[in-house]
Amino acid sequence: MAQKPVIELEGIRRDFIVGSETVHALRGVSFTIHEGEFVTIMGTSGSGKSTLLNILGCLDTPTSGEYRLDGTPVRTMSKTQRAVLRNRKIGFVFQSYNLLAKTTAVENVELPLMYNSAIGARERRDRAVTALQRVGLGDRLNHKSNQMSGGQMQRVAIARALVNDPAVILADEATGNLDTRTSFEILVLFQQLHAEGRTIIFVTHNPEIAQYSTRTITLSDGKLREDRVNTNILDATVKLASLPVEEE
Amino acid sequence: MNITNLFKIAMKAIGANKMRSFLTMLGIIIGVSSVIIMLALGHGAKETIKQDIQETDPGTIMIIPGPDYETLEGDWLPEYSQTLKPADYQSILEQNKYLKSLSPMVFSDGQLVCGNNNHSTTVYGVNDQYPAISGQVVEKGSIFTEEEIHSSAKVCVIGKSIVDKLYDKDADPIGTVIRINNIPVAVVGVLKSKGKDITGRDQDDLVLMPYTTVMKRMNPWQNYYNMIYATAENEKMIDLAMKDVTEILRANHKIKEGDMQDFNVRSLEQAVSMVDSVMGALTLLLSCIAGISLLVGGIGIMNIMYVSVTERTREIGLRMSVGARTRDIMNQFLIEAILISVTGGLIGVLIGASIAYFARFILMNFTEHHFLIAVEPWTVLLAFAICTITGVFFGWYPAKKAANLDPIDALRYE
Ligand SMILES: Nc1ncnc2c1ncn2[C@@H]1O[C@H](COP(=O)(O)OP(=O)(O)OP(=O)(O)O)[C@@H](O)[C@H]1O
Ligand SMILES: [Mg+2]
Repeated sequence: MAQKPVIELEGIRRDFIVGSETVHALRGVSFTIHEGEFVTIMGTSGSGKSTLLNILGCLDTPTSGEYRLDGTPVRTMSKTQRAVLRNRKIGFVFQSYNLLAKTTAVENVELPLMYNSAIGARERRDRAVTALQRVGLGDRLNHKSNQMSGGQMQRVAIARALVNDPAVILADEATGNLDTRTSFEILVLFQQLHAEGRTIIFVTHNPEIAQYSTRTITLSDGKLREDRVNTNILDATVKLASLPVEEE
Repeated sequence: MNITNLFKIAMKAIGANKMRSFLTMLGIIIGVSSVIIMLALGHGAKETIKQDIQETDPGTIMIIPGPDYETLEGDWLPEYSQTLKPADYQSILEQNKYLKSLSPMVFSDGQLVCGNNNHSTTVYGVNDQYPAISGQVVEKGSIFTEEEIHSSAKVCVIGKSIVDKLYDKDADPIGTVIRINNIPVAVVGVLKSKGKDITGRDQDDLVLMPYTTVMKRMNPWQNYYNMIYATAENEKMIDLAMKDVTEILRANHKIKEGDMQDFNVRSLEQAVSMVDSVMGALTLLLSCIAGISLLVGGIGIMNIMYVSVTERTREIGLRMSVGARTRDIMNQFLIEAILISVTGGLIGVLIGASIAYFARFILMNFTEHHFLIAVEPWTVLLAFAICTITGVFFGWYPAKKAANLDPIDALRYE
């Protein structure tokens, strides 16, 4: 079946000028990601994974090369246009959660919809509640961010990334701060979202995690070294069941 | 993002740092309350002076001896004070076309003795028309008659304070004889009390006598009047009357075109508008000084907004990553700054108005001053306008800084 392309990269370069030197963080990266793929991006530290993800998330613009998100060319867009694009088409999940302090789960999840004037207060709340239920936090709606565990905070962050029904969910080391068991709980969630048809791009250091995705792109020194379709996708629920439950 | 949500965010941010926000507001509170108090005092002073003057006939014209002091070249000569002669009064009395009343005035110090009591005051030599001109009412007895003026009779009308000083409680001064500068004078009337004026001067501490008596028996050397008071038929005729009087006196004094005039005709109207402009300037000056604290308060806001932006760098990065536009971030911080300054303004207005009205209450009830301190509605509006402008002005740069942050750097900020 021919799925529609969500992300199309052609010869993406990103140079940083640091003092008199130029750092080539990305040196011509090209690939296409279709709707419904669960892609892990791997690579050593400094290989350009975060730089690539920032470009994919329209937080940064490439020095050269073409990037089309859901068919829209991004490179020539203004700052405001990119902000709107992020708001409608992208969901971010960060390593350090980045929740608003002293703010309830619902309010945190509502945040992206606050910047979309087409959505009223009522719909905003309904969608936030639905997203929180989806990540298994239906009973923690009004808990504040500082009253939650790391795993719960990351679930809130995932709900926030889901709430605007984005074309793609981008996660940078989303399990980096979590213990093994909680990491797999989050991974189960990502696999479920993928099963529902969502497109996910997941940056990770952990080769084990790559086994749970459909495709792995490996970067090395700013270049694409390997792009491999995973034929033997593992089930995170199975792995989770095999992990010992922490003793009280 | 819409305004309501921006307000909620701003409120939350302010609420999260209550003490800090309050201290920042304090600058604005002090600034606004002092401006409000200054304007209320200024307004009060103006109104009080106006009220004091209002009792006087609004058509009052004063004829003053000597040239205009402001345009005078050379020194003030002693004879300048003696240019209004009885003949001038006579001419005005006979020739004037627009005057309702006319009274000469001569002053004398008076040493009053009545029984064992004595008191020194100013004696005003006037005619029977004077009380109407100056807005004084003879409460008991009556003003001296034309006949008594003509005969330089030893009669007087006294103010309330004189009664209090010289007589026992409940004593009736009418018909009694007091000694003024050793001359026995019969009291024929008592004036109604006017209280103190804005400067605290007792307006009831005076004696009125026929001008003829003062000139003949108290100041026998005096052959001139210290002033002549008149009132125009009505307020519209003030200018005509002034011109008329000026012409009569110029003819009398044989002053030619272009020569320096040795007398001055002024209207109360002019005096009132002068008081008005002097008080206005004074109020403006004091308000500007008070306004400086508002400026300091504004700088305080700017400072705290910079702190707020730095503290919330990651939050700004997050908001940008989920789709906040430059404008949204800008508005968020601007509204926070405005909210601080306008809330400070609101508290400042309340405190300022409370102090102003409390001062008025104290002055009215514990002293005899009737000082009409009042907060005018426009000053409140002005205070809020200034606070909004202060918020925008001093919030602008911090907000701009926040809005121009790079989302990636902001998200990474530790
Ligand atoms: N803002 C920047 N200015 C200058 N150089 C930068 C900037 N951001 C990234 N780089 C450089 O670009 C290269 C790639 O960085 P990037 O953060 O993308 O690596 P990464 O693959 O995400 O590494 P890690 O796994 O450690 O997160 C690095 O050499 C880094 O120093
Ligand atoms: Mg990285």
